[in-house]
Amino acid sequence: MSSSLLLVFLLVLSAIAFHLGRRKALAVGRASGSPRSLHSRPVYYGALTALWCGLPAIVLFVLWQTLESTVIVRLTLSTLPDEIRSLPDASLGLVVNDIKNLAAGNSFGGIKDPAIEAAANYYRHLQDIGSLIQSGALTVIGLVAMVLGLSRISPKLRARNQVETVVRVVLITCSTIAIFTTIGIILSVLFEAIRFFQHVPLTDFLFGLKWSPQTAIRSDQVGSSGAFGAVPVFTGTLMISALAMMVAVPIGLMSAIYLAEYAGKKVRAVGKPLIEILAGIPTVVYGFFAALVVAPFIRDLGARFGISVSSESALAAGLIMGIMIIPFIMSISDDVINAVPQAMRDGSYALGATKSETVRLVLLPAALPGIVGGILLAVSRAIGETMIVVMAAGLSANLTANPLQAVTTVTVQIVTLLVGDQEFDSPKTLAAFALGLLLFLVTLMLNVTALYIVRKYREQYE
Amino acid sequence: MGLYRPFAELQNMTTSESQLISRDDRQTVGEQFVEDARMTCRDVNVFYGEKQAVQNVSIDIGRHEVLAMIGPSGCGKSTFLRCLNRMNDTIDICRVTGEITLDGNNIYDKNIDIVSLRALIGMVFQKPNPFPKSIYDNIAYGPTIHGLTDSNSELDAIVESSLVKAGLWDEVKDRLDQPGTGLSGGQQQRLCIARAIAVEPEVILMDEPCSALDPIATAKVEELIAELRRQYTIVIVTHNMQQAARVSQRTAYFHLGDLIEVGYTDKLFTTPRHQLTEDYITGRFG
Repeated sequence: MSSSLLLVFLLVLSAIAFHLGRRKALAVGRASGSPRSLHSRPVYYGALTALWCGLPAIVLFVLWQTLESTVIVRLTLSTLPDEIRSLPDASLGLVVNDIKNLAAGNSFGGIKDPAIEAAANYYRHLQDIGSLIQSGALTVIGLVAMVLGLSRISPKLRARNQVETVVRVVLITCSTIAIFTTIGIILSVLFEAIRFFQHVPLTDFLFGLKWSPQTAIRSDQVGSSGAFGAVPVFTGTLMISALAMMVAVPIGLMSAIYLAEYAGKKVRAVGKPLIEILAGIPTVVYGFFAALVVAPFIRDLGARFGISVSSESALAAGLIMGIMIIPFIMSISDDVINAVPQAMRDGSYALGATKSETVRLVLLPAALPGIVGGILLAVSRAIGETMIVVMAAGLSANLTANPLQAVTTVTVQIVTLLVGDQEFDSPKTLAAFALGLLLFLVTLMLNVTALYIVRKYREQYE
Repeated sequence: MGLYRPFAELQNMTTSESQLISRDDRQTVGEQFVEDARMTCRDVNVFYGEKQAVQNVSIDIGRHEVLAMIGPSGCGKSTFLRCLNRMNDTIDICRVTGEITLDGNNIYDKNIDIVSLRALIGMVFQKPNPFPKSIYDNIAYGPTIHGLTDSNSELDAIVESSLVKAGLWDEVKDRLDQPGTGLSGGQQQRLCIARAIAVEPEVILMDEPCSALDPIATAKVEELIAELRRQYTIVIVTHNMQQAARVSQRTAYFHLGDLIEVGYTDKLFTTPRHQLTEDYITGRFG
């Protein structure tokens, strides 16, 4: 039986267990007077029986799936002649792949070695036996556990509490998955970054003013030895993010104020989704809009006033990124302004305040923490944005404060460092992880600040 | 003869009861008009969309009087109160017809500026709603937006005198820079009254100002209302008939959007003229 079919079978078995458990509970309830004499409702007894039937079997199934291939490979390898088994690990891996391919029926290039062919047959044989044992074991365990679960049903069994406990454990597991993924990502980036710092000193990376990651790939190559100062890259990121914020914060905030306070119901119902569509445009599309329309426009405009603007400029990227971020700021600000209690508006209007005074003096201060939280989330997004910058701002790491020049950002550098043929032990490639780590720390700090402010906001009322 | 006496009394009672105006008659009875009124309302109707919430209400509000408005929930008394400073303008579907004047000027006239109108007619709400600002800034808000002061010292003086009038000064003078939301419920409500006083209105509207307060805080606010009457005209909506009896000079009884009876408070509660009023104050209704 194939794995997916087995899983379906287990689910069906659990469903049957649920039904049986419920019926048994009803019968037990009737036997001892009324259904009220049961501790929990019959549904919970059913659910508990289903869990008894399903959970052990599924745990075994998962364990089997993860361990099966290792065990089978070990067993297969032990049948191979000594000269193959004494091969180094990398070559042995290739042999194992050959065996697996052959067993699956894909023989590439006609492997002639009879030893490997025999091993493949043995491998297939083991797989068949394994899946047979697995099916049998799971069915037996499921059935035994179901009978055991059924036999436990009595009016005193606290089925509801036990089911609730299982539900809680499931919920906890789900929430830890995200946490562990985060930790995994941090660790993987951290270890690569540590390898990078073995080549390049931390101070050079943090305070170096020159970014030129070209290193010689082969030892006989003539090339620059590379400079890994992160400052120009980070100033590029900060400049573009700042430009984006300068566009997005006023426009987003003011449109939020309009929608929340001035617009009628109909305008709001149409306007808000329309602006939120902006958030649905892929950033690549923004990118070529910036590169093909906005950047040349800015260059031509500059030329008319006698200002030299490079055709890839931080300004173009910043402007378009700002447009991209508008819906985030607008949406969050709109929600936050709406969340300010009507009583605040009434209080202000009753004192003779105009709409704009109410917005300026009561609503915005009251909503400010929430708005700041939204802006900080938007900043993290701007900092992490890549595509627009690749297309519109260029790749040259200039250390400049002039938005009309080409700059580059952290994310763009990470992309260019990792695209193409690279060795994963050269500082050039490893630099990407160091940049990623630093960027992660920066956005993490921003997010923590944002969350802190948002939490503080929650305490403001009541 | 003696035997018949109780019967005669019973008969007397029935006759006195039959003198009450029948429940079906929704014409306003009583002293709805006064001489030298500060505000007059004539044939006021309020609609929420298609639904009419207040019908043909005509009533005067005298100078330096406390007018209490009572009635069962949903009878339109709060809606009517909100017409008096045009707070209903903030509700899109709300429409008001009829005439309401303040010192002879129609407040629904096109030339009336709603901002200066609301500065003249202050309002205190059911639930205390201090701004999430400091106590000082809560009071200073009104005077600042209306440009009532030129200097900080003048503003300080207004803040102090408003808090003194609201009877809150002694409790908060040492913590003016702390948030108004940190005060107790009763203090918050008095802060809101002080905030309304700070713009020097002529009329103060109070929409069930004590319904969220405990008895002690309620007593303080009632004392304050009696105090404020010397300077301001006050209209108060309340569910509490004892409160209406304690604080007001005249009482208006609303029933399902109709103004049923207006009378001097002591009279209205002892000898109501309308059957509906009697039903309500004796607890037979509502």
